[in-house]
Amino acid sequence: MPVLTFDVARVREDFPILERLIRGKPLVYLDSAATTQKPRAVLDTLARFYDHSNANIHRGVYVLSEEATAAYDQARDKVRAFFNARATREVIFTRNSTEGINLVAQSFGRQQIGPGDEILITHMEHHSNIVPWQMLCEQTHARLKVVPIDDHGELQMDEFEKMIGPKTKLVSVVHLSNSLGTINPVERIIEFAHKQGALVLIDGSQAAYHMPVDVQALDCDFYVATGHKLYGPTGIGVLYGREELLESMPPFLGGGDMIRSVTFEKTTYADLPHKFEAGTPNVAGAVGLGAALDYITGIGFDRIQPHERDLLEYGTAVLSEVPGLRLIGTAANKASVLAFVLKGAHPHDIGTIVDTEGVSIRTGHHCTQPVMDRFGVPATARASVAMYNTRAELDHLVSALHRVREMFPL
Amino acid sequence: MSELRELYQEVILDHNRKPRNFREIDGADRHADGYNPLCGDKLAVYVNVEGNTITDVSFLGSGCAISKASASLMTDAVTGKTLPEARALFEQFHQMVTGSDSSVDSDSLGKLAVFAGVRDYPTRVKCASLAWHTLRAACDDAHELITTE
Repeated sequence: MPVLTFDVARVREDFPILERLIRGKPLVYLDSAATTQKPRAVLDTLARFYDHSNANIHRGVYVLSEEATAAYDQARDKVRAFFNARATREVIFTRNSTEGINLVAQSFGRQQIGPGDEILITHMEHHSNIVPWQMLCEQTHARLKVVPIDDHGELQMDEFEKMIGPKTKLVSVVHLSNSLGTINPVERIIEFAHKQGALVLIDGSQAAYHMPVDVQALDCDFYVATGHKLYGPTGIGVLYGREELLESMPPFLGGGDMIRSVTFEKTTYADLPHKFEAGTPNVAGAVGLGAALDYITGIGFDRIQPHERDLLEYGTAVLSEVPGLRLIGTAANKASVLAFVLKGAHPHDIGTIVDTEGVSIRTGHHCTQPVMDRFGVPATARASVAMYNTRAELDHLVSALHRVREMFPL
Repeated sequence: MSELRELYQEVILDHNRKPRNFREIDGADRHADGYNPLCGDKLAVYVNVEGNTITDVSFLGSGCAISKASASLMTDAVTGKTLPEARALFEQFHQMVTGSDSSVDSDSLGKLAVFAGVRDYPTRVKCASLAWHTLRAACDDAHELITTE
């Protein structure tokens, strides 16, 4: 086996923001689970698009519009390749994962789910994978069922297998939990759900920048991801859907670009993927996302993953030595996320104090209030790592936490 | 550390550790629940009023040091005040923590002046003002949940 080298110092040079000083101290950015920083390649691509090729896509017969359309189409193919979808017809550009889930709920859900049907989610879902289903259940009188998690933050698979049944139409589950770091056994979930006749949506918002995702190998029916966590711009996301499903689903939003012809009597819809992309899309965002995926692929998950795994293990070890610290989320299979509470110090106070040391972490409920309730905490502090982080930064977090301890002694 | 001490003054840390009037008033004349959805802070404020004067005020709940200490110091500050006086105090306090009016004389705020440092941390203003918003709702006899959003 060749040893794959990963030069984190060189990677850091690609991210201009990492040179910033915060309150006079070097930035230690440990909030990638909220959004990742952007490499220069993405920033340059965005600038180049607006400087050089900006025009609205489709139906322009002039050079700029042709260039912009080609760049947009090319970005879609990069997304297809990144997730190994069969065709670009299966790749819908959205604003973010939330929009992807809402699209499936309102298009597929309202068409296919009715009174008495069941939708299965888990206790560790982000609000974006809870609320759209609650809204759908209100509209259709379907039932939302929630698979429990254990004290480590792992999904209780025995319960999942018991709860899924002939009424289950859809299982919607997070690939990698944003507040616990748990990686769910999605292959098993998908296989089991399919045997029961249920379709599966995977929320890959957190997973897609930490591990390779192959939607064909997973055999999932829908997969959503968001560009700004993939080292890309905000406002651009991706919905993968199996072609025959997308084909049979009604449009989500109506408007320009999603039609074939419009008269006041009858409108016919465009083919995939345009049927689901009403209005002028985030062209620059898509092009920027394409550059981000190129960047990730250029480094490769075979290099990124061992580095991030090392950070997770190292971070777990050094945080565990902080007096009064309790990690929230200790699944055997996890990535990136180090969430914790500190006895005698509220997460918000922790966040403010470590910020004065230049350390950016997130504090609060992380849009997963049911997870907070499950662990009996009002909030957690969460450090999360990405490819550009270092062991030294985690040491920095720990010394900042000692500052917290001085202020709030045990 | 020194700029942090501006925010986390000793009085604040003390009220966080040992909050005053941290109890429910049985059969309180007025009561309201406050919630900050950004951080999950929740607190309940109980008030007894005789005529126009606040005779007793207490709170219960969970939150960060700033919100807990603010609630605690507030209960001390408004006991014995009339409702309009309490409202005026909140106005002054709010101007101080938001830094919206630099002419606010922090001396007139007494012990509450320890929260002056909050103005340098805009994300923490809501922590400091949650208890006050909740008190105002209780005094106005509003029944809906009060949020900082």
